[in-house]
Amino acid sequence: MQGVDIIATVFMAGGAFFMITGAAGLLRFPDFYTRLHATGKCDTLGEVLIIVGCMIYQGWSFLTLKLLFLSLFIFIVNPTGTHAIMKAAYVTGLKPWKKGEARR
Amino acid sequence: MIETFLAIGMVIIFTILLSLYRLVLGPGVFNQIAASNVIGTKVIVLLVVIGFIFERPMFIDISLLYAALNFIATLLMARYLERGEICKA
Amino acid sequence: MGFKSKGEKAFSMIVTFCAMFIFWVLLSAWIIYIPQHYDLIEISKGIICALIVTLISHELLVSKRGEKVLLKTLRLIPYLFWELWQIVLATFDVAYRVIHPKMPIDPRIIEFETTLRSDFALTTLANSITLTPGTITILVKPETGKFWVHALAEKPADALLVDKTMQRKVAHVYMEE
Repeated sequence: MQGVDIIATVFMAGGAFFMITGAAGLLRFPDFYTRLHATGKCDTLGEVLIIVGCMIYQGWSFLTLKLLFLSLFIFIVNPTGTHAIMKAAYVTGLKPWKKGEARR
Repeated sequence: MIETFLAIGMVIIFTILLSLYRLVLGPGVFNQIAASNVIGTKVIVLLVVIGFIFERPMFIDISLLYAALNFIATLLMARYLERGEICKA
Repeated sequence: MGFKSKGEKAFSMIVTFCAMFIFWVLLSAWIIYIPQHYDLIEISKGIICALIVTLISHELLVSKRGEKVLLKTLRLIPYLFWELWQIVLATFDVAYRVIHPKMPIDPRIIEFETTLRSDFALTTLANSITLTPGTITILVKPETGKFWVHALAEKPADALLVDKTMQRKVAHVYMEE
């Protein structure tokens, strides 16, 4: 493996770590609102890190531009989707979990 | 380098399987929608990685379109649950 | 959604056309760029498709013309780098809370008002709040600039309620103090 490949591997390994943390948060956190905290942040950064690793491996070509566009799209779209689901839940009256209650 | 892409792809599939638990058993419909949104965004990255494994650049176009469709699907489901209708006449 | 003058309509049509054409080029560059020469017929097909989409739906993307667009774009760039650093901090924060065996979380809902009114400023602030440590936007009222925010613990809630660093930065970018 050359230097560029090692840098790309480091980026992608970081992304994989964050994606595993996001999935663990989706399983471990006690209620709907806190679960969205885990998926909204960890998953966004993990996916963008994996795409950046692919960009570094690819080098300078037209595919890199497409991947850059894809990562920008994920950065804008993922928080918006999270916000939309959360607003729907709040408007329909789902009560947030307080400290000390049982998990649901 | 192909081993790295294979490992990353397997990690993504593992996290998709973990999220599948919330999609099937999650209490309430909102947990299920959140899980489906998460699985959709993970599949985008999985498509990019598959494109690099098979060396077919076409997969990146597919993942771009899949990202747009997944976003619209999430917005529509959230809006339907919020108002009880998708668009007002 | 009405337009006030012909200038605004032309502005929104030009912006929509450029966005659509750039997206078309992104998706089909392997057709139009055969090595050593460009294929003019394929490019004109793309221009025709972008024109049709522009005529149908140009009101959806840009509804009114902003002022000092270039200056705001220039001011947005350092803000984006600061935001990127905040995202990294936020992800480590959430990862720590997930991995910690006792899960040190104490969720609460906070409300506050801002002086921002325009759509772009409110969208930027809402997305930034979602991506920074421990907070997610729930609801926004555009008329009064009021935000409902779900916070994961007490410290990130204080960062929004007391310090107000992010509100000041966004107001500086969009010049709406």
